Amino acid sequence: MYRELICIGCPMGCPLTVTVEEGKVTAVSGNICRKGKEYAEAECLNPTRTLTTTVKIKNAMYPLLSVRTSKPIPKDQIEACLQYLCGITVEAPVTIGQVIVEDVLQTGADIIATKSMARQR
Amino acid sequence: MEAYDLVVIGAGPAGLAAAVAAYEAGVKKILLIERDREPGGILEQCIHNGFGLFYFGEDLTGPEYAARFIQRVQERGIAIKLNTMVLEVTPDKWIIAVNKADGLLKIKAKAVVLAMGCRERTRGAIFIPGTRPAGVITAGTAQRFVNMEGYLPGKEVVILGSGDIGLIMARRLTLEGAKVKMVLELLPYSSGLTRNIVQCLQDFGIPLLFNHTVVAIHGRQRITGVTIAEVDPATKKPKPGTERLVSCDTLLLSVGLIPENELSRQAGIALDPVTKGPVVDDGMATSVEGIFAGGNVVHVHDLVDNVTREGEIAGRSAARYILNPKPAPSLKINTKAGAGVTYVVPQLIHPQQMAEELVLSFRVNQVFKDQKLVVALATGQGHKILGTKKRMIMVPGEMQEFKVKKEDLWAALGQEDSSSPLELTVSVPEEGEDHDV
Ligand SMILES: Cc1cc2nc3c(=O)[nH]c(=O)nc-3n(C[C@H](O)[C@H](O)[C@H](O)COP(=O)(O)OP(=O)(O)OC[C@H]3O[C@@H](n4cnc5c(N)ncnc54)[C@H](O)[C@@H]3O)c2cc1C
Ligand code: SF4
Repeated sequence: MYRELICIGCPMGCPLTVTVEEGKVTAVSGNICRKGKEYAEAECLNPTRTLTTTVKIKNAMYPLLSVRTSKPIPKDQIEACLQYLCGITVEAPVTIGQVIVEDVLQTGADIIATKSMARQR
Repeated sequence: MEAYDLVVIGAGPAGLAAAVAAYEAGVKKILLIERDREPGGILEQCIHNGFGLFYFGEDLTGPEYAARFIQRVQERGIAIKLNTMVLEVTPDKWIIAVNKADGLLKIKAKAVVLAMGCRERTRGAIFIPGTRPAGVITAGTAQRFVNMEGYLPGKEVVILGSGDIGLIMARRLTLEGAKVKMVLELLPYSSGLTRNIVQCLQDFGIPLLFNHTVVAIHGRQRITGVTIAEVDPATKKPKPGTERLVSCDTLLLSVGLIPENELSRQAGIALDPVTKGPVVDDGMATSVEGIFAGGNVVHVHDLVDNVTREGEIAGRSAARYILNPKPAPSLKINTKAGAGVTYVVPQLIHPQQMAEELVLSFRVNQVFKDQKLVVALATGQGHKILGTKKRMIMVPGEMQEFKVKKEDLWAALGQEDSSSPLELTVSVPEEGEDHDV
């Protein structure tokens, strides 16, 4: 199986052609440097993304608290995580780095606050 | 009347960094003035990651990056007035500001750092014909609505402009449940990062149409659709017969940023017609003595790390001026954008005052692959090459840098007297062109 990708390693944006056979990357072409090959392998075998989004917060300056996953999670889990976080509401005060959801959907990543928010009267 | 050594206007990353750097350089009576409810500037709404890779060697979100500098400001007990809008800065460094608690404030400063950031170009600036319905907003405004205020501007979105903010918002709106139908780009390339094109558009199958624009907006109360068309890459004019109607309830504009310089203009500070920001020297000093500037107010940056660095330089220079107020030395070198280059910051170098190393920031005017970059000094005696560098790629959307060492600059200057005009040119000469003229 062939896959076409664009390397995101630098602004060159090399068009990569990746050959995947039996769950293994057997060839990468189009890359100028090694970074392109590494990217192709990661992207074909285990694509991950850091999810950054918001959850609802009560009694704070704004109605939303910005959050992120503590580490990149599998790309195909993003949708489910978002759905899950829709149902979460926290209450101020919150400190930056605080864990909001532990091991979200068994991805091994926590959802953490990226901002401190004080309690408002 | 209140009096401070240093007043910093704007508590975004540039202002925060300037205040901390000035404090570290020995100035303690510092006031930061911010019109918003909290410090952090535009970073507070940029909840995505990708900040601080250079400065901290970490991949932070906007609020996390800002929090580190807010903490540094707080730890040093630097005063900050929030919800306070600066209305005027005078050349003799009086600051007129207003807030609900104090009313009108008149503050005297020994030095001022301008760090007001930039604002978004609006639709008026690009003249799209058609009606003026609701649902046409700038990408940055939408970012604030979605990420901070918790409200989705629409369900069916067309984005005009493929800069990073537009791309980031395409993903954000999709994650929030809106349908982003397409991103249109007038140019044949995107000014956004490849990473954003892949992770914000391709990940979600959102088409990016190059050489395309919006030629009309439809709808009475609320926007109902836009007519898009392909443009001729040479003339940027819509090609007749390529028009088609796309329905949407929101049009997001991501058509560029302009430095916020009403205050600078009033203060009589010289502005650069290309960057639209103050003309600055290597210490981020403006043309008015004792007034410094850094960050997006000077020129639009793509990386916050560089904003921080500029803010720090501005803060240190302001501190030096406060501790020893004297005008800049007379020997100066003007920088110039040569072939292939749009602008160079700083516009002015004072070699007698400069730090050991100076970073020239500039943008190229087209995509260059495998081209050589040349930095040359023109003196009364002729041209000297200060450095050349082959770069694999240079794109207009990514700010370029070239470091100049003080000793190299002085070696090139030789026994120059200050009477002949000196000019440092950054250019990308066409292949085969003689560099030594
Ligand atoms: C919408 C948007 C999204 C961006 N996304 C990214 C990104 O993803 N990654 C990245 O690296 N960079 C991004 N940038 C670039 C960003 O501009 C810089 O990273 C950085 O935030 C600029 O810092 P600054 O301090 O110069 O300006 P700002 O952060 O804009 O701060 C200026 C501050 O000055 C205040 N101010 C202005 N005028 C006055 C006045 N008269 N009185 C009092 N206060 C005033 C403003 O309220 C604001 O808080 C983005 C920029 C914008 C506009
Ligand atoms: S393969 Fe190397 S040169 Fe090509 S885009 Fe990736 S990092 Fe850049």
